[in-house]
Amino acid sequence: MNTTNKEAHSDIEELLPWHAAGTLSRRDTQRVEAALARDPELARRYALVREELGETILLNETLGAPSAHAMEKLFAKIDAEPARKPALSLNLGARVAGFFASLSPRTLAWSASAAALAILLQAGLIAGIVIKEKSAGGYETASAPSTDPGVGAFTLIRFAPQASSDDITKFLEANKLQVAAGPMSGGLYKVRVAVTGMPKAELARIVKKLQEDKVVGFIATTE
Amino acid sequence: MQTTSDEVLIVRIAGGDRLAMQVLFARHHVRVYRFVLRLVRNEATAEDLISEVFLDIWRQAGKFEGRSAVSTWMLSIARFKALSALRRRPEQELDEEAAEQIEDHADNPEVALAKKDKAAVLRQALSKLSAEHREIVDLVYYHEKSVEEVAGIVGIPEATVKTRMFYARKKLSELLKEQGIDRGWP
Repeated sequence: MNTTNKEAHSDIEELLPWHAAGTLSRRDTQRVEAALARDPELARRYALVREELGETILLNETLGAPSAHAMEKLFAKIDAEPARKPALSLNLGARVAGFFASLSPRTLAWSASAAALAILLQAGLIAGIVIKEKSAGGYETASAPSTDPGVGAFTLIRFAPQASSDDITKFLEANKLQVAAGPMSGGLYKVRVAVTGMPKAELARIVKKLQEDKVVGFIATTE
Repeated sequence: MQTTSDEVLIVRIAGGDRLAMQVLFARHHVRVYRFVLRLVRNEATAEDLISEVFLDIWRQAGKFEGRSAVSTWMLSIARFKALSALRRRPEQELDEEAAEQIEDHADNPEVALAKKDKAAVLRQALSKLSAEHREIVDLVYYHEKSVEEVAGIVGIPEATVKTRMFYARKKLSELLKEQGIDRGWP
């Protein structure tokens, strides 16, 4: 028991420098704090560690700094280096982080506003399309006429932000589609592809075909 | 105010962004210089070495995988450069340094005066530690590196990091004792 306590004490004592520097894990920090609270001798030794920490920082801070010549020398060497191609070994996360970091906060804010505005405009024009269709007595597909919006085969579509009202109208007409509801969360629309139900495989085939159109940002089957 | 992270700067540097290199240099060169200076003990050599360290960062940025903090990676490169420079140092220079250290142990009037200031004696003792001990003390206390990070920089197991730090501190106490300061430990 004594040996175990001695070993544990030694282990804790070894951690004191990191505890003083604040670089221990939460678990180890709790272990050290508990030991310090119950062991006055360890607490006394911890005070020595804190002295060392303070004086090491002071000693390093009095070492000064390199001259401006160091930077000039470095950039002269960099300028002499051959031009490089973009690194390929960077992971995707790093590249994505780099991309977003390359945008200034102002650019990011502007992009977000522009995207929101595009969605709003799109929502307006699609609502216009729905109203126009309804006022004309409902959009009819070639397969079977129906004005009941709850009947048929459906997909969820989010249109590409750059798609214009003309693009969307043409896309809907060309594919005999009808906007049944929306915009929903995430700028999605429920679009009827047929006025009667159809086998899942057939619906999946249509979705795959529609997905290839540049007007479509996202598409999935839905009930 | 939000600052660009070191990791993002490295991504930009990998793409050849000179400005990102300037930002990284401005952010870290003083600490890297001090770390190297404490190892090589020569200002001109330390200054030459930091431009080599940052040139390596410029060249290797595309290979940085983010497994450690950028500052940890930089210190690893700096350590390697410093040790290589020490190996290249002429025998005569090393002898002069050793002589300086021996002389420092003498209880001259300067040291006697310093004895009145325990903190000054402690700093003097920190300077007299061996390169191995100086390095670990600086990494832990000044560069705020965790056990794991020190292990990565120095290339030793974590358990060895803890025991080396323990013995560095023990040596520090011995050096203080030689100067008449008994800390009652170890």
